[in-house]
Amino acid sequence: MSVLRGLGVAAGLCAIWQLLVWVTAAPKFILPGPLLVLDALGSNSGLLLEHAGVTLAEILLGLLFGVLLGLGSALTLIWFRRLRPWLLPVLVVSQSIPVFALAPVLMLWLGYGMASKVAMATLIIYFPVTAACYDGLRHTSSGWLELARTLGADRRSLLLQIRLPAALPALGSGLRVAASVAPIGAVVGEWVGSSTGLGYLMLHANARMQVDLMFAALLVLAVMAVGLYFLIDRLLKRLMPWQPETLFDNDNDKESLA
Amino acid sequence: MPAVCIRNASLAWQGRSLFSDLDLDLPAGQWTCLLGQSGVGKSSLLRLLAGLTEGMQARARIETDDGRPLTGRIAWMAQQDLLLPWLCVLDNVLLGPRLRQGRPACEQREQARYLLSQVGLSGLEARFPAALSGGQRQRVALARMLMEDKPLVLMDEPFSALDAVTRLRLQDLAAHLLADRTVLLITHDPLEALRLGHRVLVLQGHPARLTDPIVPAGATPRAVDQPQVLALQGQLLRQLTEAPA
Repeated sequence: MSVLRGLGVAAGLCAIWQLLVWVTAAPKFILPGPLLVLDALGSNSGLLLEHAGVTLAEILLGLLFGVLLGLGSALTLIWFRRLRPWLLPVLVVSQSIPVFALAPVLMLWLGYGMASKVAMATLIIYFPVTAACYDGLRHTSSGWLELARTLGADRRSLLLQIRLPAALPALGSGLRVAASVAPIGAVVGEWVGSSTGLGYLMLHANARMQVDLMFAALLVLAVMAVGLYFLIDRLLKRLMPWQPETLFDNDNDKESLA
Repeated sequence: MPAVCIRNASLAWQGRSLFSDLDLDLPAGQWTCLLGQSGVGKSSLLRLLAGLTEGMQARARIETDDGRPLTGRIAWMAQQDLLLPWLCVLDNVLLGPRLRQGRPACEQREQARYLLSQVGLSGLEARFPAALSGGQRQRVALARMLMEDKPLVLMDEPFSALDAVTRLRLQDLAAHLLADRTVLLITHDPLEALRLGHRVLVLQGHPARLTDPIVPAGATPRAVDQPQVLALQGQLLRQLTEAPA
């Protein structure tokens, strides 16, 4: 049912798109219609697949490193109380440096290849993930912590068995944000300098007035990003069966109270 | 079961003194029920015993008749069930062993199952807390406390969030299952105190003082319609409402 609805929305958007092309009578090198883009998608599928693979790898690696780093930083902040006054300002300052401005520097240090793009994606998601994890770990219900203390829990089991699982919903929302932001990091990295990837392909096609190919690359990127988001959403739901909260709340009817 | 004496207890919260020089005895194997209005410091007194004094300036001399310290001999039950939503009912009962040793032993699992049957929740072991009613959740919390098998039990308004009938049932269950322990029960419900308590005390005034204990006759849990219980309930309600706020 939801698949059908999604397809319906997509079809509606395509119809609006086509209508816009007809109404404005825009030439096809400015705004190609959906059929032209589909055509470009079909005839360049090999090329698109190759570049999409590179970008996907950059996104996934960036996501992995960003989440590990963010979670690690949050756990460090929670565990070493005394480090907090020193680390928190560093964290906030690091966030105020625009990651886009760092792209040329990363290119200089890490080279033309994949490493600089992975670093971009990692950096761009590091702060939201850290902030979400840290907030989640910090705001554990005091009742649970007190109960655990009267049950004789030490600091380690308090963190691993109470704080961490209690923070999972917050970690989840951090991860969802990360999944939707990581593609930006990877593509910006490719724009600044690369010879592969969807970002590179888009720049290249744009320079040659192959606007239909550019749109096809954009479409592939969007599908990838949306797919990644829903994959992570599904994964989080599997991980937290007790958490009825979802993106769409039509599942709530199934909930039953004994 | 140890008897516990609290001597010279004093407690301040955010610079405001709640009570000082307070003495309280918890006779061995008996239920002591402490009544009082909200904010009078009865929960704080219980937290003082439980060692949960973070953010309070608390001081007291706590003695036991067997001379051993209280640490590690206390079980605590709060008004909220405090079940962990990510653990199933059985694992919630096994929370203590899980926190202390990671994996509960086989006999502990058996014991947890047995306790769940004692509180009337057989067959619900694999449920998540979200799928339970308020009464069922508090039964799980009761089983979790029994799992600890501690001689001194501290209960802070454990049944106050439940509806009247469920509350009476859980009172009976708790009185039965905790019959021979030293219990301190905090409540704002005179009926609850009179049904369950061997001794009933009122904490009131500012700074708060304890009244002389009322010792209702008969075995607990007493029936709700017992004339003695009803008469004392009226007397306690009068005392509580007439006390200066």
